[in-house]
Amino acid sequence: MLLIPCPWCGHRDESEFTCGGEAHIQRPADPAALDDADWADYVFMRTNPKGRHRERWCHSHGCGRWFNVERHTLTHDIVAVYRMGETPPDHGEADGT
Amino acid sequence: MTGQPYRLPAGGMIDRRRPVNFSFNGRRLTGFSGDTLASALLANGVHLVGRSFKYHRPRGILSAGTEEPNALVQLESGNRSVPNLKATRIELYEGLTATSVNCWPGVRFDAGALIDAAHRLVPAGFYYKTFMWPRGGWHFYERWIRRMAGMGRAPTGPDPDRYERMNAHCDVLVVGAGPAGMAAAQAAGRSGARVILADERSQPGGSLLNMAANGSEIEPDWSSGVAAELDSMKNVRVLSRTTVTGYFDHNFVIALEQVTDHLGSNAPVHLPRQRLWRIRAGRVVLATGALERPMVFANNDRPGVMLAGAARAYANRFSVLPGRRAVVVTNNDSAYEAALELHAHGMAVAAILDHRGLVDGNAVRGAREAGLDVLPGHAIVDTGGRRRVRAAAVAKIDHDGTLAGPTRTLACDLILMSGGWSPAVHLFSQSGGRLRYDAALAAFLPDHPRQSVRCAGAINGAAETTSCMREGRSAGLDEEPAPEASSTSPKPPVQRQVFARYRAGEARSFVDFQNDVTAADITLAAREGYESVEHLKRYTTLGMGTDQGKTGNVPGLAILAGTLGSPVPAVGTTTFRPPYEPVTFGAIAGRDIGALADPVRQTPMHAWHEKAGAVFEDVGQWKRPFYYPRPGENKRTAVARESLAVRNAVGIMDVTTLGKILICGPDSVEFLNRVYTNAWDSLAVGRCRYGLMLGEDGMVLDDGVTANLSPNRLLMTTTTGNAARVLSWLEDWLQTEWPDLDVYLTSLTEQFATIALAGPGARQVLAGLVDDIDVAPAAFPFMAWRAGRVAGLPARVFRISYSGEVAYEISVPAGHGMDLWMAVLQQRSGYEVTPFGTEAMHVLRAEKGYPMIGQETDGTVTPLDLGMQWILSSKKDFLGRRSLRRSAMLDPSRKRLVGLRTEDPEAVVPEGAQILPTPPSGPPETMIGHVTSSYWSATLRRSIALALVMGGRERESHTVHIPLDHGTLRAEICDPRFYDPEGIRLRG
Ligand SMILES: [Zn+2]
Repeated sequence: MLLIPCPWCGHRDESEFTCGGEAHIQRPADPAALDDADWADYVFMRTNPKGRHRERWCHSHGCGRWFNVERHTLTHDIVAVYRMGETPPDHGEADGT
Repeated sequence: MTGQPYRLPAGGMIDRRRPVNFSFNGRRLTGFSGDTLASALLANGVHLVGRSFKYHRPRGILSAGTEEPNALVQLESGNRSVPNLKATRIELYEGLTATSVNCWPGVRFDAGALIDAAHRLVPAGFYYKTFMWPRGGWHFYERWIRRMAGMGRAPTGPDPDRYERMNAHCDVLVVGAGPAGMAAAQAAGRSGARVILADERSQPGGSLLNMAANGSEIEPDWSSGVAAELDSMKNVRVLSRTTVTGYFDHNFVIALEQVTDHLGSNAPVHLPRQRLWRIRAGRVVLATGALERPMVFANNDRPGVMLAGAARAYANRFSVLPGRRAVVVTNNDSAYEAALELHAHGMAVAAILDHRGLVDGNAVRGAREAGLDVLPGHAIVDTGGRRRVRAAAVAKIDHDGTLAGPTRTLACDLILMSGGWSPAVHLFSQSGGRLRYDAALAAFLPDHPRQSVRCAGAINGAAETTSCMREGRSAGLDEEPAPEASSTSPKPPVQRQVFARYRAGEARSFVDFQNDVTAADITLAAREGYESVEHLKRYTTLGMGTDQGKTGNVPGLAILAGTLGSPVPAVGTTTFRPPYEPVTFGAIAGRDIGALADPVRQTPMHAWHEKAGAVFEDVGQWKRPFYYPRPGENKRTAVARESLAVRNAVGIMDVTTLGKILICGPDSVEFLNRVYTNAWDSLAVGRCRYGLMLGEDGMVLDDGVTANLSPNRLLMTTTTGNAARVLSWLEDWLQTEWPDLDVYLTSLTEQFATIALAGPGARQVLAGLVDDIDVAPAAFPFMAWRAGRVAGLPARVFRISYSGEVAYEISVPAGHGMDLWMAVLQQRSGYEVTPFGTEAMHVLRAEKGYPMIGQETDGTVTPLDLGMQWILSSKKDFLGRRSLRRSAMLDPSRKRLVGLRTEDPEAVVPEGAQILPTPPSGPPETMIGHVTSSYWSATLRRSIALALVMGGRERESHTVHIPLDHGTLRAEICDPRFYDPEGIRLRG
């Protein structure tokens, strides 16, 4: 049961949140221009690192806001929390470190 | 003293002025307040308490605590009964009733023991090897195996007791109230931190409780002094009878408090039986101590074979001598202290056999000075006796355990063993911490922590009370431990236990007592290639009992390592998983049972539906009227009457539960263009439009009608079950992908009550209820909405239809829902208005061939599969659009929506039935689709069905075959629009 610092509400129990999977997946500007493989990559393919991972969380039973969490998938350490649209804090490679 | 022949004349922490009567297997016995069931049984000379799981061998009491694998009992009877409780953990109370588990007809003669006689036929993996033949045979054998192998019985009725959950936060959680834990809690408490100290026993003290008052190197009243100080600190909460069972991420810890279990039927009614604590701790101090290990020798499971430390606890804490004459076998010094203290209490010690060839040190010298016979380099090779040990066969062994001398027999009624100590690293391991193997202690110790956790005391391998206290203090303050003063008595080495060299006895040398795993099972498994400890565990079931192998795991690993010729750390250890101790389902459920298990959502008209005798359907948490049976009606006749009323007159339905989302902001139309498949630019104020929503994978997510209320304000409806999901979906896109869109979403689902009025008379009924809305078809066409007053109530009226008839949905503020409902029922248009439920609605829409979300769709169905190309805009992008062009989505063999007409018009196909292109000829069949909806249509006087079939309408007019339990139905594939395909009626 993680303890997640919501950027608006502070530390709350994981049960108040919904995880939205990998962050920073940009919807292609012109989907029609993509071939099947590239489109499928956007829709289905996600990284699954052992290590630091940037993901989207929503405080669904609280303020209802989406934000980003950088979490270590092995230790569950929450390395950083930042709002939508903010640049992720730079401390080296996010994946697999 | 009467009837307690093994009770010592004085001492212990029992209250001799308060005798306690109890019953075990029907025998009436007496113990004292302060006893456990185990100590009271031992005081009465009862050692045989159960039968083993697999071989039904007689078993006694091995331990004095939570690690007990043998002495499992069924406590009480009826619905309060709890199976498989450890007698060593049950506090005695007046009137307690317990019975042995796992034996039939009784513990002294058990029919299952015949298995033991044939034990050579039941080696490791026996079930896997034997009962897989013939194919499917397992199902036949399983019933018998389960009956023979079953342990206690779970009650069948509802639990009459009350349970609670409690959330708590603290700066420091200390687990275990032994010397280390008490010192930690004291230091942390004095520093001002908020502290919780949890301990499974009824009083603090830990191992100090088990030692002789003069046997410890600290002041005798140290623990009571600290306990009093902790009680006086407002920032410290001491939870006794509280077992920490789970250690999860971010220092989230679960503990079970047994609030009134020790009071039996005397428990005050205002208290729960158990309370589950959910604790979030800043730091955790684990002072969980260590568990003594048994020795592995032939017939080491006889009643009367006990851990040395347990016997010490029974004598000192409970004032019970578990026997008159003991043989002690050990590989470390702790058993000498136990032997000396028991000897001082008057127990004869036949010999102390030490696996170590060379022994010296204070403990050994002390034993020799007391006149005890110490035999270095000796082992027990077998035991004698039937339901109680009567003798030990002992022999000299050399350094690798090979027999090195003749066997001789020592008479005894008790064998005390100590195979060293396993630190209780379970919670540390659950927390993600790494373990290391310490060869000198022959034990796994905490190594690298992953969370904010410190270990203190015997869990770290500390042997002396003073070091435990010192470690506890520094852990409580999160300081570096003070350098240890050079100890006067260097740590006695524990030689690696010598196992499994007595081949003849291996088959009866038990390692895991609860699961009846022997040394031979482990060596056999290793020979068969189960060399990984994880495979070994699953193949032999080593450590898979309710005790999770607290006593047997390390000896088992050592035997595996010995067989493979590798060191123990190379073999490794299995993962420790929660719970450390079993937790009752009652405590997990807490108060979330019965009516409180899940919230119930009711519409403002619910009371009317109930009074009308509605049968309800659960849709999410909503209660929706399914149908309203009248006297003499069943589901089919009621639904037929309701649907005919809609087709021929007027029906009224409560559709309040449909999701309603208010969409505001200048970019609202652009937003709808992106999330719906069709175009929204041309939707004028006063008009509504049907929309279909897809996931990015192109699969249908939801549908509903959206009305343009006023510039930049639209009201979207969703299906009942998807309301919350759709709102989150829309919020997700707005917040994360399109923050540039100026759009705001608000759920209005519970703000409005809505009724649907449907049928050829709907317009006339509505006309009688309004005076400021022109209901003429030209003024109020299909897919328009009007604001006005209905029955004098402020309302919005939407002309939309899901039944294929002229229909209106009328929304009023939720508080007026019942007023509106009653006004419609009582109107005087000349039409009788018939309430109809969801099932009639399902039939009506199926007659029209309208797919229903969640019925025709299951997350793998695209709009193309539903034949809804008409709703896909070609002029704009929308969510999921690109996916519809993926080659797999265009495969002509995809399952697509069709109608089905059974050859026999009376036959209603079960939903979910598989569809074959040819008559069934035996498996494997070619399956081309399945039935998604199926009903009796009173309107068409025949059955109708919708189905998803490969190739879809390409197969129209083909005959398909639907195999059922009793015969096969034939049906023809047809247009799914069974009724009014042109839609003339709904536009009328
Ligand atoms: Zn929040």
